[in-house]
Amino acid sequence: MTSTLTPPRTTARPARGGFGRLLHAEWTKFRTVRGWVWSAVGAVLIICLVGLLATAAGNESDPDGGSALPVGPGGEAVNDSFYFVHQKLRGDGSITVSVSSLAGAVTTDPDDSGSGLAPWAKAGVIVKDGLDQGSSYAAMMVTGSHGVRMQYDYTHDRAGMTGAASREAPRWLRLQRTGDTLTGYQSADGAKWTEVGHADLSGLSATPEVGLFVTSPSVEEETGTGTGFAPAVATGTFDRVTLGGRWTGGSWRNDQVGRDAGTSASYSQDAKGGATPSGDGFAVTGAGDIAPVVGGPATSGVRTIENFLVGTFAGLIIMVVVGAGCVTVEYRRGMIGLTLAASPRRGRVLVAKGLVVGSVALAVGVVSAAVMVPFGGRRSEANGFPVLTVPTATELRVIVGTGLLLAAASVFALAVGALLRRSAVAVTMVVVGMVLPYLLATASVLPDGASQWLLRVTPAAGFAIQQSIERYDQVVTVYAPSSGYFPLAPWAGLAVLGAYAAVSFAAAVVLLRRRDA
Amino acid sequence: MKSAGRAEWTKLRTDAGNSWLTLGVVVLTLAAGAAVAMTSRCDATGCGGDPTRLSLTGVLAGQVVVAIVAVLMVGNEYGTGMMHTTLIAVPRRLTVLLSKSAVLTAVTLVTGTVSVLGSLLIGGLVRPGRGFTEEHGFPPLSLTDGATLRAAVGSVLYLVLIGLLSLGTTLVVRNAATAIGIVLALLFVFPILTQVVADPDWQRHLQQIAPMTAGLAVQTTVHTADLPIGPWQGLGVLALWTLGAMTAGGWLLRARDA
Repeated sequence: MTSTLTPPRTTARPARGGFGRLLHAEWTKFRTVRGWVWSAVGAVLIICLVGLLATAAGNESDPDGGSALPVGPGGEAVNDSFYFVHQKLRGDGSITVSVSSLAGAVTTDPDDSGSGLAPWAKAGVIVKDGLDQGSSYAAMMVTGSHGVRMQYDYTHDRAGMTGAASREAPRWLRLQRTGDTLTGYQSADGAKWTEVGHADLSGLSATPEVGLFVTSPSVEEETGTGTGFAPAVATGTFDRVTLGGRWTGGSWRNDQVGRDAGTSASYSQDAKGGATPSGDGFAVTGAGDIAPVVGGPATSGVRTIENFLVGTFAGLIIMVVVGAGCVTVEYRRGMIGLTLAASPRRGRVLVAKGLVVGSVALAVGVVSAAVMVPFGGRRSEANGFPVLTVPTATELRVIVGTGLLLAAASVFALAVGALLRRSAVAVTMVVVGMVLPYLLATASVLPDGASQWLLRVTPAAGFAIQQSIERYDQVVTVYAPSSGYFPLAPWAGLAVLGAYAAVSFAAAVVLLRRRDA
Repeated sequence: MKSAGRAEWTKLRTDAGNSWLTLGVVVLTLAAGAAVAMTSRCDATGCGGDPTRLSLTGVLAGQVVVAIVAVLMVGNEYGTGMMHTTLIAVPRRLTVLLSKSAVLTAVTLVTGTVSVLGSLLIGGLVRPGRGFTEEHGFPPLSLTDGATLRAAVGSVLYLVLIGLLSLGTTLVVRNAATAIGIVLALLFVFPILTQVVADPDWQRHLQQIAPMTAGLAVQTTVHTADLPIGPWQGLGVLALWTLGAMTAGGWLLRARDA
């Protein structure tokens, strides 16, 4: 190309403040190309516009289904519906019960129900701050097929004894309050007790609701076309309900907590929530769940904050074009000769370009995500779709992560552009490397195993940083790319994309130093 | 017109990058198709799979290389200033457009046919071993089957239309990087948006207008009645997008200074 402009290799150090000036020079180049500035602005607008389009539809199947999901003490959206036999009890004390059976019924089709028990159907004792959904609690329970568990504040789960409860082998459960600490005990015979765990529920009311609960999430069903969830109810039999310590018995009251919310609180004709006294205990029937809300088919009609950021894909393409363009255009115009003459240390030139483009992309991502996350949420709720609330830290991670995602992608594009010196090929490689695997993995074209691998080893792994929904072992749903779950943890996924960018950037620096411009 | 066409063919043929790219179309399509065919399975009757469409998944990857070839055909000329020479040699600008389109169409037809037939061949060899057998309700793959033939011919035409869409887009923006960005956005952002929009009506409408989703409807061989848009109508939607891009590109080529 313009070989006359190629500078001779020189060992002379550039003047003081060399890198600062270089950075300023690169920033000036970027700032004065109108197309790039408009592209950056356009990227913000497009991300928001596409996000608005994604949230524009109203919830027609369930126009008033927009009731917001309850939020747990940790700031996450929760399901909190169960049948509750309870009374208010003051001060420290304990409640002990023996569970002699837990059985269930599953509604397989509208007119028919068969016996079946959800693996995470729950029956046990609970101490709960109040009857409000989302309030703090600690509970000891027998589950459908995961043995005895102590759970508290929705997200915490500790395993106790394994095996199901039966009349011959009942499970004894005890919750003891000491100040703000709730300790859970289990026993096979009511004589020898072992501790399962303890929960610090700071700020627990002086008179919490104490009692027995039963609940059952929906049951996963494999059909020929995919995974569905069928509503289910569970009935637990409690014997020998005893209060200890300063807790002295009053009368028990029966209530359904969370009448309409929840994943599966659907009672059928012959299975309604209720409690009947039996001997010195109760038989309690309930449905719903006390657990964090997860994505996937178990929770249809709920939006997640990454839904509002779907425009990132469009913004990403723009920033990739800018990233690749800002180096390839110099080759096309012969400008690179001048640039390298002015700054003979070639690696630094590329670093300065990367910093400028990366920072612009970071700003584009952060600004648009900071607008769309709260705005999309409000719009979505106004249209009748509840939004899955996440803790503020997660929200911040998604917003900053969107910026980092765009920054990494644009630097990746810049590096590939410098390697190939052909912008169209560079743009295609980066965009296709990031978007096509994502599309194939999430559109249920590929089987799950293949999808998960695609999202582990391709640059598309970086989108994991936008995943706001968490994976919980104690909640059943389809944890697959098609329901919004990435195989890698958010930062690990971003690191994969970062590695692609870093390796190609290093290769670009080496080649730029070796090659003639 | 004939000599203009030959000139375009010479330009395309003598850029070493293009033969690699053309080879890339075939290799990528075959590799991606084979990978999908070898990972998907059908375990029972009514598993809902569409083996022909699965075998042709590689078109998703091949189309982007077709787009690159088309974009570079015009973009490179603007980038290097060659466009001036081209327009001096052939002053009738529509002739330039037509000869470029004709050469691109011919090249895409050939590479597309090779890729699509190869994919179907690989699919035909692989799929009985993956459970797509006659007991599960899938007859052996044959081009004499109307739906399969339609999928094959349609896929080749799809690639041609994607090429022309990219050509038209590049004539509008006169910059290779921007053009490929726009084409990729048109292809990929629609389907991702469709996944997020919760309303089924919106979803269907988006699928009806998206160039890639609608265009690839032509590959479907089972349950065509459930498609948001008919196979040929879908390809027609893509043809409209292409027509739009080509018209805008051609008009601007005539109206603007190079």
